[in-house]
Amino acid sequence: MNKFKKGASSLYLALIFLFLYAPILVLIVLSFNDSMSRTVWGGFTLKWYANLSSNDNIMEALGTTIKITLTSSIFATILGTTAAIGIHYMKKRHTAIMLGATNIPLLNADIVTGISLMLLFTRFTPLGEFSVILAHIAFSVPYVIFNVLPRLQSLSEACFEAATDLGATPMYAFYKVVWPEIFPGVLSGFLMALTMSLDDFTITYFTKGAGVNTLSTMLYTQLRKGIQPELYALSTILFLLAFALLLVINFKGSARKEVVKNEK
Amino acid sequence: MINKMRTSFLATPYAIWVMICTILPLFYILGYALTNDAGSFTLSNLTAIADPVHLKSLWLSIRVAFFTTAICLLLAYPVALILHNLKLTNKGLVVFLFILPMWMNFMLRILAWQIILSNNGILNSILSTLGLPTLHILYTETAVTLGMVYDFLPYMILPIYNALSKINDQVVEAAADLGANWWTTFTKVTLPLSKDGIISGIIMVFVPALSSFVVSNLLGGGKVLLIGNVIEQEFTLARNWNLGSGLSIILMIFVLLSMSVMNKVDDSENGGMPV
Repeated sequence: MNKFKKGASSLYLALIFLFLYAPILVLIVLSFNDSMSRTVWGGFTLKWYANLSSNDNIMEALGTTIKITLTSSIFATILGTTAAIGIHYMKKRHTAIMLGATNIPLLNADIVTGISLMLLFTRFTPLGEFSVILAHIAFSVPYVIFNVLPRLQSLSEACFEAATDLGATPMYAFYKVVWPEIFPGVLSGFLMALTMSLDDFTITYFTKGAGVNTLSTMLYTQLRKGIQPELYALSTILFLLAFALLLVINFKGSARKEVVKNEK
Repeated sequence: MINKMRTSFLATPYAIWVMICTILPLFYILGYALTNDAGSFTLSNLTAIADPVHLKSLWLSIRVAFFTTAICLLLAYPVALILHNLKLTNKGLVVFLFILPMWMNFMLRILAWQIILSNNGILNSILSTLGLPTLHILYTETAVTLGMVYDFLPYMILPIYNALSKINDQVVEAAADLGANWWTTFTKVTLPLSKDGIISGIIMVFVPALSSFVVSNLLGGGKVLLIGNVIEQEFTLARNWNLGSGLSIILMIFVLLSMSVMNKVDDSENGGMPV
C-alpha cells in the first residue's frame, strides 16, 4: 500500500512538472527547427542562434529589457531594503499604514496598476524607457520589502546593542551584525524583483509609449505577423542561463548551510 | 539602544515614493473614471458596466477566474503536500523549480500552448497516435482557463507549501497516535492549519485571473472577451480613457470584494477554532 502511494505521488508530481515544463520544451525544440512554420519539423538547425546577433530589432529589445530589468530591480532593492529597515523601527500604527500601502501594487490587478501609472506619467513625462523603469520599481519594491522584513523581525536586537556597547559605531555594527543576517532576504528580494520585471508584460505595455520595446512587448506585436524564430533561440539561451545561475546559487547556498550545520 | 525614531526615518524616501507612485495614480484613475471628455463630472463611465456587452465580459471573467482558481487549488494542494512529505532539506530548490519557468518569456510560454492545443498541434497528434478522439479546444473558454491554470499554478503551490512547512510535525504525529486515520488527520489537523496558505494562494490566483487580457487574447483568439480585454481595447483601440478608467474602477471593486470575502472566511474560521 505504502509503495503504491509513493508511486502514485511520484507519478502525480511528474505529471505536474510535465504540465509546467511542456511549453518550455516546445519552445526549445522550435529554436532548433529549420522551418518557419510552428507546427512542421523541418530538420535540425542552429541558424536561428547564428542569426541572433545580427537581428537588430531583437538585440535592441534585448538591450532595453536588460536595462529596464537591471536598473529597476537594483533601485527597487535599495529603496525596499532601506524602507524595510525604517518600517521595522516605526511605531506600530505607522507600520500598519506603510504595509497596507505596500500591499496595494501586489493585490491590485496588473492592468489597473499599469493604467493608473500611465495616466499619471502622461501628465508629467513623455512615456518611454524612463516611465517603464519607474513603473517596474513601483511594482517590484513590495517584493523586496516583504523579503527583507521577516529577516529583520527574527533578528535579535541584543546583538546590535552588544556590538555598540563594545565600541562599534552604529554603521559598523550594522555592517557587521545586521547586514549578514538580512542579506539573504535582500538577495531573494532582488531576485524576485528581477524575475517579475523580466516576466512583466501588462505594466510595460501601458507605460512604454511608442518606439520603446522590451522582448515581451515586441513579441506581442509580432503575434499576428508571426514570431521571428530567433526569439525562440534567444529565450532558450536566457532560460538556460537562468537555470545555470539559479542552480549555482541554490547549491552554493545549501553547501554553506551544510558547513554551518557541521560546525555546530 | 537603537535610536528608533532616527532609524525609522530611513523609510521616508519610500513613504514619498508610495505617495507618488502608488496612491496618486489611484486618484488619477478615479479622476478619469468620474469625468467625461470635456472634464465635467459624470457617473456614466461606472454605470457603463450595466451595458450587456460589458456585463457579459464581467460575468465571463468571473466564471473563468473561478474555475481557474478552483482547478489550481485542486491541483496544487496535493503537489504541496507531496513536496512537504518529501522532507527536503533544501527548501529553496522547490521554490526554484516553480519560479524557473518564469524565465522563459511569459508570452512565448502561452504561445507554446497555442502550438500544443491547435487542431493539428502536438496534443492532437499524440491523441490520434493513441487512437483517441482529438480535442478542438483552442480559441474557447476551456483553452483560456487552461492557459491561466498553467500560468498561475505556482502562485497557488508556493503559499500552500510554505504554510505546510510551518506546521509542527508533532501535532500531526499526535493526531495519529491518538488513533486518527490519515483522512481524519488531514481534514482535522493539516487542512485547517494550512488555511492561511490556501487563502493567500486563492487571492494570488483569483485577482490576476480576473483581470488578465493576454491569455484570453492568445488562447481565446478574440472570441473570448474578458473584462481585461474590454478595458485594454478602450485604452488602445477606442481611445476612450474615461470609460476604460471607469471599468477599471469596477474591476478594482470586484477585486476588493473578493478579497474581503476571503478575509471574512479567514476570520470566522479563526474565531471558531483555537489556534
